[in-house]
Amino acid sequence: MEKNGLLEGRKKFIMHKENEVPITISCDENSLSGAVSQRACVYCGARVVLNPITDAIHLVHGPIGCASYTWDIRGSLSSDSQLYRNSFSTDLREKDIVFGGEKKLASAITEAYAEYHPKVIFVYATCVVGVIGDDIDAVCKNAEKELGIRVLPVKSPGFSGNKRSGYKAGCNAILQLMGETKIVETIPGSINYLGDFNLAAEAWIIKSYLNEMGVKLLTVLTGDSNYESLLQAPRAELNIVQCAGSMTYLAKQMQSAYQIPFDKVRFLGVDETVIALRKIANLLGDTDIIKRTEKLIERKLTEVTEVLKQYRERVQGHKAAIYVGGGFKAIALIKQFNNLGIDTVVIGTQTGDQEEYEMIRSLTKEGTVILDDTNPNELQKFMLEKGADILVGGVKERPLAYKLGLAFIDHNHERKHALSGFEGAINFAKEVDLTVNSPVWDYIN
Amino acid sequence: MLNATPKDQIERTGLTINPAKTCQPIGAMYAALGINKCLPHSHGSQGCCSFHRMHLTRHYRDPIIASTSSFTEGSCVFGGKSNLTQGLTNIFSIYNPDVVAINTTCLSETIGDDVGEIVRDAKVPEGKTVIYASTPSYQGSHITGFSNMCKSMVSQLAVKEEDKANGKINIFPGFVEPSDMKEIKRIAKELKIEFIMYPDTSEVVNTPNTGKYEMYPSGGTTIADIKDSGNSIATLALGSYASQDAAFTLEKQCEVVPYVLKTPIGIKATDAMVMNLLELTGGSVSKELEIERGQLVDLMVDIHHHYHNKKVAIYGDPDIILALTEFVIDLGMVPKYVITGTPGKAFEKEIKEVLEAAEIKDCIVKIEGDLFGLHQMIKNDPVDMLIGNTYGKYIARAENIPLVRIGFPILDRVGHSFFPTVGYKGAMRLIEKISTAFLDKVDMECLEEDFELVM
Repeated sequence: MEKNGLLEGRKKFIMHKENEVPITISCDENSLSGAVSQRACVYCGARVVLNPITDAIHLVHGPIGCASYTWDIRGSLSSDSQLYRNSFSTDLREKDIVFGGEKKLASAITEAYAEYHPKVIFVYATCVVGVIGDDIDAVCKNAEKELGIRVLPVKSPGFSGNKRSGYKAGCNAILQLMGETKIVETIPGSINYLGDFNLAAEAWIIKSYLNEMGVKLLTVLTGDSNYESLLQAPRAELNIVQCAGSMTYLAKQMQSAYQIPFDKVRFLGVDETVIALRKIANLLGDTDIIKRTEKLIERKLTEVTEVLKQYRERVQGHKAAIYVGGGFKAIALIKQFNNLGIDTVVIGTQTGDQEEYEMIRSLTKEGTVILDDTNPNELQKFMLEKGADILVGGVKERPLAYKLGLAFIDHNHERKHALSGFEGAINFAKEVDLTVNSPVWDYIN
Repeated sequence: MLNATPKDQIERTGLTINPAKTCQPIGAMYAALGINKCLPHSHGSQGCCSFHRMHLTRHYRDPIIASTSSFTEGSCVFGGKSNLTQGLTNIFSIYNPDVVAINTTCLSETIGDDVGEIVRDAKVPEGKTVIYASTPSYQGSHITGFSNMCKSMVSQLAVKEEDKANGKINIFPGFVEPSDMKEIKRIAKELKIEFIMYPDTSEVVNTPNTGKYEMYPSGGTTIADIKDSGNSIATLALGSYASQDAAFTLEKQCEVVPYVLKTPIGIKATDAMVMNLLELTGGSVSKELEIERGQLVDLMVDIHHHYHNKKVAIYGDPDIILALTEFVIDLGMVPKYVITGTPGKAFEKEIKEVLEAAEIKDCIVKIEGDLFGLHQMIKNDPVDMLIGNTYGKYIARAENIPLVRIGFPILDRVGHSFFPTVGYKGAMRLIEKISTAFLDKVDMECLEEDFELVM
């Protein structure tokens, strides 16, 4: 069963980059039972996508835990309402499990409306709701009629897939809000920006670029969005998609429902940002926009190149391990590390897909270890084996890195500094510098 | 931002806003971490395990390890037996813990998995131990889950053996910080008491940095000690909500006499614990503890004018806030609101006794309350200070009230893992925190002519 401290069943989730034909990695499968998995659930995924909708009430239908653990943990910033940062729950009890929770849900919706008069309430179905069979569709529909607002069910019982299925459940709720068909006029030259949750104000950085380029940004999905801005989204001429893992599905649905074409971009790191901005300008095809874009790029590049050079001198030669949620993020991080003179030696994602893993393979050097849905044991083993001295990860990986005496960068929803765009590239370099060059490591053997 | 909280209170029957509790499994997981070389296992969807680990990791800033049964649609239809059976095999072959402590979730409870039966049928390698606790998220709170796991430790491990009386006292510390558990052990040692404490998360979730990652750190109570607790003279259950059930179970099972006391926060509750321990063993207070107590009294006297008559709102877990309420009254403060999210009638009775003894009449006590409700009450009738977990920071900011962070979780400050709030020293630390919070606010906000060097 056990070999090299790895579960036999885990082997197909791990790939070593060697000089041989590419092997496939098992991704998008469920974690092994008994594994110390870092993965979350369907509900968590749905929450990721919908939580940044700022003026909505996010009502979690289930026992209290699911609402407690997601209470304001994601740093999505809002320029207006802060309503989404509260935690709403039906707090289901034993009698509700026995007799059904529909009544309690109906009261909860009415009461939530009475407190805040929101225009939209998202009702998340959690594990137990999926089992006891509450008809949340019917409850939501009734509530819509009664209250005259949108009340949208989110089908997110935790067991019904993985985090990716949750993204889809979230996207479906957004689609339901926007309507099944296009009934509004397209606004020429306008775009939506999908897959940025405005963590640490990242969407605002991109928004400032688009502004300068003369591109009309209609709606960000879903960072700093709200009821009104989501309703505007079907009017866009083009969708650009960043966090492909969570939002490609929505882009595809919007293409078929509203005939909005889409393309993928990445704003992580200087190179990706330049490519992304040019891509957007070219897709819109307006010569004025293209000209302004080049001017923006030129100015920004001058600004950041010198700064990055200074940081590169301070951090190059280190070895990085990356463990993040999405594959696209992992790819961008590899490139950013490369720019700073840092090789990535271990890399893993929670929800990367086959295509992304191929890309990762092509970007990394021989001997790099590539992991899907890994656990602390594997991470430790490979980080030590490969001599990594900085880890990029999320909440659960931070203390692990610290115990091993590794520098750490939070690239999850806890991050405090924007990592998008040119500013983000500088922030990233700054963070790498701050952590690898801290004197605290001198005290660890 | 929470200024948007409406002042007018509407009766809510179905809706909780900004909860003052969370669900059972996380408490069970925390308790399980207090067993030496134990891997907690969450029998449910992988999200539960992930959320619990994330939350505990944020609170303790240490790696928190637990495994999951990773339920799928299929598990829900056919039951989670094969997941758990396979899971246990995987756990022992790869992670190799000495003990696996399984907690259930709302999902596995609702589909009716009989975890006891599954465990009995599973192949557990020789020398390894598996315990389990039923912890449905739709009953009680994280405190109930902690209590249930402690109860399972007793019922599935403790044994009374013939002629094996060990002369020891069992101490059940309740849902407190690792620093608190360590402090309670120190006090017991000061009193020259032979004891068995469990769970004990000190040096499990507040480990030193050695440059190595230990999946199973050195801390935690051994299985041998938990077994042996059936041979002890008596059990001190600290905090009725977290520890009483385990103590009563041990009484039934092994005839170990239970003493249920408050969590030893504050001077009265610490005195009670010390006295109880001494009565059981016939010893006397050590010089060191006497000095500590005297210093505490000295500090209470030195700066009582800074907090006397200040109104305070206390929220969080019943055992903790009961003892805290008693202590702030001893300091001359006035508890105005005492709120817990954890259900259970006992709390109301216990807190009433404390309030009546101090002749405090207009304190609002709420069980199954939430922080939205607390905020509304504060908007209508304000207080001078909040004492509770990190979640109070929204109210603190909106209303400009200083917040002293005590309880679970604390996600935005450090210290709780290493500096206790229990015992005499802990009480001194509380006074430091409370007075500093008041005085910092005065320093930042008072008029220039009122700004003082000596306070």
